[in-house]
Amino acid sequence: MISDLDFWVLTILLGIGTFLIRFSFLGIFGGKKMPEWALLHLRYVGVAVFPAIFTPLVVWPPATEGQIDPIRLTAALAALLVGLRVNVIFSIIAGMGTFYALRFFF
Amino acid sequence: MTELTARRAFWRGYLDCAPFILIVIPYSMLFGVVARDAGLDLFQTMSMTILVIAGAAQFTALALLQDNAPVFIALLTALAVNLRMAMYSAALVPHIGHARFSVRALMAYLMVDQAFAVCVKTYEERPDMQPAAKVAYYFGCMMLICPFWYGFTFVGAYVGQAIPASLSLDFALPICFIALTGPLLRSVPHYVAALVSGVAILCFAWVPWNLGIMVAATLAMISGAQTELYLRRRAAKGAA
Repeated sequence: MISDLDFWVLTILLGIGTFLIRFSFLGIFGGKKMPEWALLHLRYVGVAVFPAIFTPLVVWPPATEGQIDPIRLTAALAALLVGLRVNVIFSIIAGMGTFYALRFFF
Repeated sequence: MTELTARRAFWRGYLDCAPFILIVIPYSMLFGVVARDAGLDLFQTMSMTILVIAGAAQFTALALLQDNAPVFIALLTALAVNLRMAMYSAALVPHIGHARFSVRALMAYLMVDQAFAVCVKTYEERPDMQPAAKVAYYFGCMMLICPFWYGFTFVGAYVGQAIPASLSLDFALPICFIALTGPLLRSVPHYVAALVSGVAILCFAWVPWNLGIMVAATLAMISGAQTELYLRRRAAKGAA
C-alpha cells in the first residue's frame, strides 16, 4: 500500500522535475542561436535515444524474465524493416501482427 | 511543395501523429489499471497522469513505491527515465525556440516521444517550413496525443482490470519505439548512431537508475556526428 503522503510528495516533485527537464534548453536557449557543434550532435538525438529504449526490451523482455524470445526478436525485426520501407503505422501493425501470429502458431 | 499556413500545419501534425493512437490507447489504459491495482484512487491516478504526463516515468515511480523504495529513490529513478527529454528539448530549439516564453513552457509540458520524433522528421524534410507553421505543427501533434493519454488513463482506472495479461501489451512499447526509429534512419550517420545506441545500451545495462540510456545516447550522438564529419571530409577530398 502506498501512503498518501509518499504519493503526493513523489507526484508533485516528479511533475515539477519532469517539466524542468523538458523546459531546460527550450527555456534557456529559446530564440538564441546554438553553436554549430551542438546542432551537429542534436541531429542524432532521436536515433540515439530510441534504440537505447527498445533494444533491452526486445532482447531481454521483462515479461519473460529476461529470457531471449525468438518470437519477440522476429516481430521487432519485422517492425524495423517495415518502418524503414513504409511508414510508422504499418511498422506498428507489422510488429504486433507478427508477434500475435507467431504466438498463435507456436 | 505548397507552403503550409499555420492552420494547415496544425492539422497536418494532427494527422501525422494519428497512428500513435494505436499505442497511446492501450498504454494509457494500462497505466490506469496498474495505478488502481497499486492502491491509488481515481483522483490520484489522474493527478499523476496530468502533472507528469510521461508514461515510462509514471510506471517506474509507481513500481518503486510499491516495492517500498524510499520516495527520493523513486523520484530520482523516474527523473532519470525522463532525462532523455532534455535532449529533445535541445534538439527542438533551432525549430521552435523563437516562440514566446509562455508558449515554450506549454510546449515543454506537452513534450512526448512520439510527437518529438514526428516533428523532427517533418522539420528536417521541409526546411522551407515557416517558424509559425513549425509551432502550429508541434501543437497539432500534441493536441491529438494528450487528450487520448488523459482520457484512456481515466478509462483504464475506471474500468479496472479490463486488459488480460495474455495480450502481452508490454510488447507494444518497444514496437512503438522501433516504429519511431525506422523513418528517422535516413542516412549512413543515422544508421551508425542507431547501431551504437543499441549495442551501447546492452553493454551499459548495469549502470544504475536507468542512466545507461543517457550513456548510450551520448555515445550514439557522438558517433553519428563524427560519421557525418568523416563523410563530409571524404566528399570534400573527392571533389578537390
